[in-house]
Amino acid sequence: MKCLVTGSNVKVLGKAVHSLSRIGDELYLEPLEDGLSLRTVNSSRSAYACFLFAPLFFQQYQAATPGQDPLRCKILMKSFLSVFRSLAMLEKTVEKCCISLNGRSSRLVVQLYCKYGVRKTHNLSFQDCESLQAVFDPAVCPHVLRAPARVLGEAVLPFPPALAEVTLGIGRGHRVILRSYQEEADSTVKAMVTEMSIGGEDFQQLQAQEGVAITFCLKEFRGLLSFADSANLSLSIYFDGPGRPAIFAIKDSLLDGHFVLATLSEPDPHPQDLRAPELQRPAPQLQAHSTPHLDDFALDDIDSYMIAMETTVGSEGSRTLPSTSLSPGLQPPCSPGSHSEEEDDTEPSTVPGTPPPKKFRSLFFGSILAPAHSPQGPSPVLAEDSEGEG
Amino acid sequence: MKFRAKLVDAACLNNFTRVSNMIAKLAKTCTLRICPDKLNFVLSDKVANGGVSMWCELEQENFFSEFQMEGVSAENNAIYLELTSENLSRALKTAQNARALKIKLTNKHFPCLTVSIELLSVSSSSRVVTHDIPVKVIPRKLWKDLQEPTVPDADVSIYLPVLKTMKSIVEKMKNISNHLVSPNFLEKSSQVCGFGCVSWEEPRLMEAWCPAVHHVVSAWGVPHPPALGAWLVVESLQFYRRP
Repeated sequence: MKCLVTGSNVKVLGKAVHSLSRIGDELYLEPLEDGLSLRTVNSSRSAYACFLFAPLFFQQYQAATPGQDPLRCKILMKSFLSVFRSLAMLEKTVEKCCISLNGRSSRLVVQLYCKYGVRKTHNLSFQDCESLQAVFDPAVCPHVLRAPARVLGEAVLPFPPALAEVTLGIGRGHRVILRSYQEEADSTVKAMVTEMSIGGEDFQQLQAQEGVAITFCLKEFRGLLSFADSANLSLSIYFDGPGRPAIFAIKDSLLDGHFVLATLSEPDPHPQDLRAPELQRPAPQLQAHSTPHLDDFALDDIDSYMIAMETTVGSEGSRTLPSTSLSPGLQPPCSPGSHSEEEDDTEPSTVPGTPPPKKFRSLFFGSILAPAHSPQGPSPVLAEDSEGEG
Repeated sequence: MKFRAKLVDAACLNNFTRVSNMIAKLAKTCTLRICPDKLNFVLSDKVANGGVSMWCELEQENFFSEFQMEGVSAENNAIYLELTSENLSRALKTAQNARALKIKLTNKHFPCLTVSIELLSVSSSSRVVTHDIPVKVIPRKLWKDLQEPTVPDADVSIYLPVLKTMKSIVEKMKNISNHLVSPNFLEKSSQVCGFGCVSWEEPRLMEAWCPAVHHVVSAWGVPHPPALGAWLVVESLQFYRRP
């Protein structure tokens, strides 16, 4: 694999790596025909991020040397980030960046061609790995919001940088509401609650019912937001109800990015209305809109922060493993013949009459690598860890 | 108990924000007293080794365009609230470009001071930021500890020089030690920046926490330094601000 990035695109690449570093500790680099993909997932598998840089983004792009299979590798995020650590330096001094991966050497080589004839070469060690692919499809999500990143950036400005989670929803009058979410961990120390309300007119697309709301990790979202803001792009949010993953997407002609974040699943037994009391007027038709999916102010521990992950075997393998998708409703890309329905019942509330279990479940995926690849990837584990904090 | 107030003037908002920032730098929690004609911020940190006590009075008319309150009862027409000072300053920080700011006492599962800010926005739609600051209502039996302190007769009265000068000196002293130097404090300072010393009853050892002095001085801000005077009283250094 060999790619050459020049000019201001070097900084764009660096910013993308910074965004990804907010999510996971390992970067999966995979040269595809469509472009170079950089992916990561967090340790609890509740957040997945992917950037795909089209071949046109590069001055030169060669996914694989002819006759060879494209290589995939997994690098420590810290080491890849260290190359692009200082964005200011990238902008000022770096003219070209060349990333190459040679099947024979065990190093990913990143070379920065800087001003005044300085060339910095980074040899990063990597591991062969399976392809990291999350199961998600924006088209399946019933609700969409789209706004310039700047609007969303201003929307999260009032929230403290340390705030972990935020609730996003549609309030009365088609206003988009963001509210800080607090775990009810320590009821004696009450934290300040901040809410930001933006008119629907600021959004390029707003397709969602009043009353829907999801809670997700703000810190992870900020990663994509800062990238989108600097690239002056619009950010789309595709979401469903609480518990279903939310997809945050940006796109332009040269790249696209997707962040898939899990959302808090437990609806509140006494749902707190996102529509601020002052804005409420006794309009009967709006009362009918109150659904169980209102702002969840879950009193229980944070539960199942999960999204479906699927790892696929490389194209060499003649047998694809049955994909086990966790979150019902997300369509696995495999054919219907696969055992995608053998998932565990992840919807706690489908069992009637019982309170939602307070378990935090995590699922570890692995796959059996095709014999050609050295088994350096994670050990093949397909067992679900259902031990929880319950 | 009821309280609601509205602030629309940018300069008033700026001053109110500055007061709140100063308090946030001085102590973690503060008491807000609401009376029909004024607001008071009270800090009563009587820590053994230093700590700052502060009494700050704001005439309500100078800040708010609308102000209504109803105290605990007709005879005790005041509200005493305890809150985390940083919350208020953080809430006001988002009001940089505000069209209007409203504060009210609300009950959202627990008593809160709700700060509602209408932001100026480029587009036609308005943006509203709301902060619910949790507060604790202080019972009447504790009100006596939170009254205006009486300032005892001073041994020395000093008219301090321009805050900017004072601030830079105190900042540099901060690196030297935790204590502001004396007994030569007055003498040395008057050499350096020309303190006007009114009277000097007898030389006494006086120490003040350097950081506290620094906070008070820096919190008052440099751009429009008010006249700052100080009374030196044997055990403590008390600052007052001339309007």
